[in-house]
Amino acid sequence: MSDVQVPPEPGALRLVGTLTVAGFLAGLLLAATYELTLPTITANAQAALRAAVFQVVPGTTSMRKLVLAGERFVVADGSEDKNATVAYAAYGEGGALLGFALPADGPGFQDTIKLIYGYDPSRAHIVGMQVLESRETPGLGDKIFKDPKFAAEFDDLACTPEIKVVKHGTGSAPHEVDGITGATISSKSVVRILNEQNRRLLDKLPARDALPPAPTEPAQKEDSK
Amino acid sequence: MSDLLWIFVSAMVVNNFTLSYFLGLCPFFGVSGKLQTAFRLGLATTFVMVITAIAAWVLNTFVLASFPYLRLLAFIVVIASAVQFVEMVIRKLSPALFAALGIFLPLITTNCAILGLALFQTSRGYGFWQGIAFALGGGAGFMLALVLMASLREEAKLSDVPAVVRGTAFNLLLAGILAMAFMGFAGLLSS
Amino acid sequence: MSPPTAQDTARAYREFSKGIWQENPVFVQVLGMCPTLAVTNSAINALAMGTATTAVLMCSSVLVSLLARFIPSQVRISTYVIVIATFVTVVDFALQAIAPAVHKELGAFLSLIVVNCLILGRQEAFAARNPPHLALMDAAGMGLGFALALLCLGAAREVLGNGSLFGVSLFGKSFEPWVVMVLPPGGFLMLGVILLLFSYRLQRKKRHPEAASQEQAA
Repeated sequence: MSDVQVPPEPGALRLVGTLTVAGFLAGLLLAATYELTLPTITANAQAALRAAVFQVVPGTTSMRKLVLAGERFVVADGSEDKNATVAYAAYGEGGALLGFALPADGPGFQDTIKLIYGYDPSRAHIVGMQVLESRETPGLGDKIFKDPKFAAEFDDLACTPEIKVVKHGTGSAPHEVDGITGATISSKSVVRILNEQNRRLLDKLPARDALPPAPTEPAQKEDSK
Repeated sequence: MSDLLWIFVSAMVVNNFTLSYFLGLCPFFGVSGKLQTAFRLGLATTFVMVITAIAAWVLNTFVLASFPYLRLLAFIVVIASAVQFVEMVIRKLSPALFAALGIFLPLITTNCAILGLALFQTSRGYGFWQGIAFALGGGAGFMLALVLMASLREEAKLSDVPAVVRGTAFNLLLAGILAMAFMGFAGLLSS
Repeated sequence: MSPPTAQDTARAYREFSKGIWQENPVFVQVLGMCPTLAVTNSAINALAMGTATTAVLMCSSVLVSLLARFIPSQVRISTYVIVIATFVTVVDFALQAIAPAVHKELGAFLSLIVVNCLILGRQEAFAARNPPHLALMDAAGMGLGFALALLCLGAAREVLGNGSLFGVSLFGKSFEPWVVMVLPPGGFLMLGVILLLFSYRLQRKKRHPEAASQEQAA
């Protein structure tokens, strides 16, 4: 019988201590990485947001973030809740208010569709729409963002009485949108999301003179969501 | 209310955690040989999911806003603790069930469906009740997929499956056809 | 420290190469299936996920190998998970800063690398009981094998389901894509078919030595 030396069992203190040290070191490394990458990540998100807003409200040169507080939109000051409803005031050349960019989302055919659209209050028209996220069927439903003709339907769309999807090729009235053949439900979902967001938010948008003038700094310091 | 219903039905069948998002595949292929075990594992997983959804909501709302880089670590710790808790509860309430589940209970910790639930819930910004609806739907969907797969495999044992395809390849092909069937649920709640 | 002998180099190479074919994590060990099927709907996503997983695996293996003797056995799994989760978060932030479009495509599956049984498995089976340079070789080999398998699957699904490879259209407008291949069922079916081919090859190898010895006897 060999004399096997069994090492003593480590005490609970040693076990907890190891995990605490590991957790602490991990936290340090993560905090350092976060600080290092935060400027780039924020800049990327900012750039993507600006690109989207500038696309759905053509002619935009600067923008200001608004947040819904009760029954009115007010200028965001960075202290708002992460999940608050936001909108963006889009200013053009010379500081004139061109319109608002409104993010919206809702159920599509497969999963939630996220989009952003531009609204011109002076004419009560939608001036642009961009799908940000969708999981619609490839080849059919994904035409909502792959088909340039569908996107073009939203370049000058009346919102009154309500946007309506009609059979492809038959749209004539200013508030009608040509649906995508074979992707009726996806097209209808996009329009339903727009109608619902209009109903919810349009009367809460601030009047032109209630807004501060266009920001003068080229890159507005806002935390984008 | 319809928002909660959409979340529940979407997570359960339209975007099933296993057949559409590929979460929870290890237990899906590993344990689904027996119908009884599959059903019970599904229940235990759903329970852990609901606890995780609540804990994730608490963490996201009160703690992680200032420390977003600790999110993954915090979620893992929460899930491991939730599984420990469920293990203790099951051992006390039903030792027979505890014995039947065996090794699969602690393995719930590495089930990507639980962590996936917490991560999706975070990225979609779900509130408290939405998170619970999501967890219930996801868990029910996972259990549904597990039970269906177990039934198919029990049937397959009585059939003449060619040797070359037996094993994991066969299970994958079964899962593929099952996933195709579930695609039929798309558009279920759309007008 | 003595210079590495020919034996050392051969050993290191062996630990590296086994992960690519004989012990391929996806096709042979059938580990880490969740990311395999979820992000292989296109070649570029597959490559990104493979690279990210390899990075996490290599960093974790080296660190675990260096610290193995300080970690009491009772808490080793928890410690491995802390190490892995940390590196996954680091890779997550790095990717978000360097390639936000790819990060958005991978979504939550990047964070799900932490529960990829492959990584935890390698720590337990190899990294904890081998010196750092061998752990690095093993991790690199397994990671490369994993990435290649993912790339194989992703390329096949993208070519069939979208008619393109890495976003470059291959067949022109007249090609009718086999859409199901880029949808979830296609993932299951494609991997099932590939495993079937592996199994067929294995069965033929089993029959061949019999046929060869029969010919010799005749």
